[in-house]
Parts: sequence; C-alpha cells; structure tokens
Amino acid sequence: MSETRYVARAANVAARMIGGEMMIMSGRDSSLFSLNETASTLWQAADGMTPMDQIALAICREFEIDEGTALRDLQEVAEALARHGILVLSDAPVPAAEPTKASP
Amino acid sequence: MSGAARGPAAVTIGGTSIALRTSDEPFLRMLEARYGAFIDCSGSRRCDDEFELELESPAGTSPDDELHVFRRDGCWHMERGDFRAHWDPAARRGKVRQSRNPYAIDAVLRIVHTLLLAGQGGALMHAASAIRDGKAYVFAGVSGAGKTTLARLAPGDVRVLSDEVSCVRKTAGGYRAYGTPFSGELAQPGENVDAPLAAIYLLAQGAENRVEPVSKAVAARAVLANTLFFAQDAQLVRAVFNSGIELAQQVPVLRLTFVPDARVWELIGTRRDMLMETVA
Repeated sequence: MSETRYVARAANVAARMIGGEMMIMSGRDSSLFSLNETASTLWQAADGMTPMDQIALAICREFEIDEGTALRDLQEVAEALARHGILVLSDAPVPAAEPTKASP
Repeated sequence: MSGAARGPAAVTIGGTSIALRTSDEPFLRMLEARYGAFIDCSGSRRCDDEFELELESPAGTSPDDELHVFRRDGCWHMERGDFRAHWDPAARRGKVRQSRNPYAIDAVLRIVHTLLLAGQGGALMHAASAIRDGKAYVFAGVSGAGKTTLARLAPGDVRVLSDEVSCVRKTAGGYRAYGTPFSGELAQPGENVDAPLAAIYLLAQGAENRVEPVSKAVAARAVLANTLFFAQDAQLVRAVFNSGIELAQQVPVLRLTFVPDARVWELIGTRRDMLMETVA
C-alpha cells in the first residue's frame, strides 16, 4: 500500500547552493545543514505540488537506482529534514515557500 | 565611603559601546578587571545602548541551563538559568536581572552584539584572531582545534585580538576584525585594536605546518558553523546566513594545519601565505 505524499520547502529557512553543495540554515534554531546530492535534488524538487513518488522517479533516472530504493531513501531523508523543520510533509499538495530572497 | 554610583560602565566592542548601569561598586570593579581595555567607567563615553543591571539571582542560577533568545512585541528577550534580560532595540534600552557571576553579563553582551552585527553584515565568530603587519587574521575551529595554543605561541610582533571569540564587521573599506574581551583558556581579554581582515584560517593540528586552499563550499560551511548566533528568529537567521556566505566569498579562507609550536607563525602573513591566497 502506498499513499501519495507531498513535500514542500519550509518557510523559515535560508538556503543557497554553494560550490555544488546545498546549504540550509534553520530559522528555528539556526542549525546548519549541508545536503548530499540526493537530498539536494529532493530539496529543489520540493515544490509542494509534485508527489514524492514522481520525485523518486526523477531521482532514479538521475542516479540510476531502482524506484523502490529511491522512494524509501527519499522518505527517510524527507522525514529527517521535516523533523528539523527544513521540509514540510503532507498528504495533500501544499504551497512551497521561497526559502530566501537574498541575492547571491 | 560614598555609595554614589560611578559610570555607567561603557563596554566597547567592534566600535559599538554598550552602557552597563549599576550602583554595585564591587561588581563594577569585577567588570573593570574582566573587560580591561574594553571598559570605560568614567561615565564620559557616549553609548549606543544602555542596560540597567539588577544583581539578584533569578529562579535558576546555572549558566549551563538552556539559553532562549526570542523577539516579542518588538523587544528581545534573553533567558538562561543565571539571567533574564530584555532589550528594546528601538529605544536602545534594556534590563538585565542576573546573578553576580560574570558569565551572565558576558552572555548578554555576546547576544546583543550578535543581534546588532547580524543586521550589519558582521558576526561574532568562535575563533581566535590576531593582527600582524597591519592585517588581521581569524583562526576558526572547534574547541581543541588550537585557538588558544596559537594565541599562546604568537610572537612579539603579533597583537592577539582574542583566543576564543572574534568580532568581524563589514565596513565601507571591506571586512575588519576587532579585539574582544571574551577569552578562552588564555583567560585574558584581547587587545582593543582592529585591522582589515586578510584571511580566515580553519585550524587543524597535524604532523606538519601547511596552508592550503579550501573549496567554496567548505569555506562557507566553516564560516557559518563558527558564527555565533543564539536567536530563534527566521528573519535574522537569513541575515546571518547571507552575511556568512558573503564573508566566505570576500575573504580568503584557508586550512591551516599545524604542529603546536612557534614555527606555525612563520606561515601567517608571509609571502608564502599570500601566494596560497591567490591559489584559493
């Protein structure tokens, strides 16, 4: 059984891609996160409207891994980032916030 | 002896003066001893902000309790076991209720400076810093990385700004590093001087002395990880994040691996060091 889940970037974070690495600072407690490639792809795709299984499919193609593994890994990463207030998980589409309007 | 109050005591760090008003003479003397060249108790210095000190212990007394810094109704609130403080940044006035331990007022000053610097493109960094030949160098690293060791090994021509907490500000002419009274194991305030910031070194102890460039990502991550910030406030977190990244992009960031002896200073501010900066 699989439910469609959606993932959106949280509003209270600052994020920037630096030298190929996605860095995110939590607005909740100013913790700093540096995402690996898969997590960065998830972050960039987390528009709140794209179902997680579609994001997993895109990751399968990009990183040449099977869909089941990709979806499982993705859910783990998404849940971990959600616990830190970096992402928002939902059973329904949610509008994603722009993480930061700062100039590079 | 007269009970008339001196002061207020003006503590100036990074060009920002904060007045601490108390009539408790022994506490003032303790502050003078602790803050050295950073404090002026003559009452003649014009201050940007002023805090009234009330030396009564809040319910808790431990500096090890969790710190909370948050904004409510336009005021900043700072709470830990050994102090409760609030600060109205519009009125530029605040009040601190604290136990007599010096760590409480240290913490309040650090927090207020991080809040002020966040809006100015600067930061307090968990780092040692020093001036050599008119240029400032910041040495960032976790506890045990060698900040105090490096400060202890500094030769006579080096002016140590701090062995623990460094102040960096963005000015019209670029970034500058300023001395702070906040010390680590060295247990003495830095010198109250400043200079243009020439480089940020990421400290690592190793089998040989060497300086090497780091990637943009490592530089940004290290600067952000060593930036002191305590507030639960999304708007200011964004400012801190962007300031840290800009600092890492504007100032050369290098890894300094060193053997803990005085020869490490042969690499700081030297021609060889500058060549490494151009590589970075």
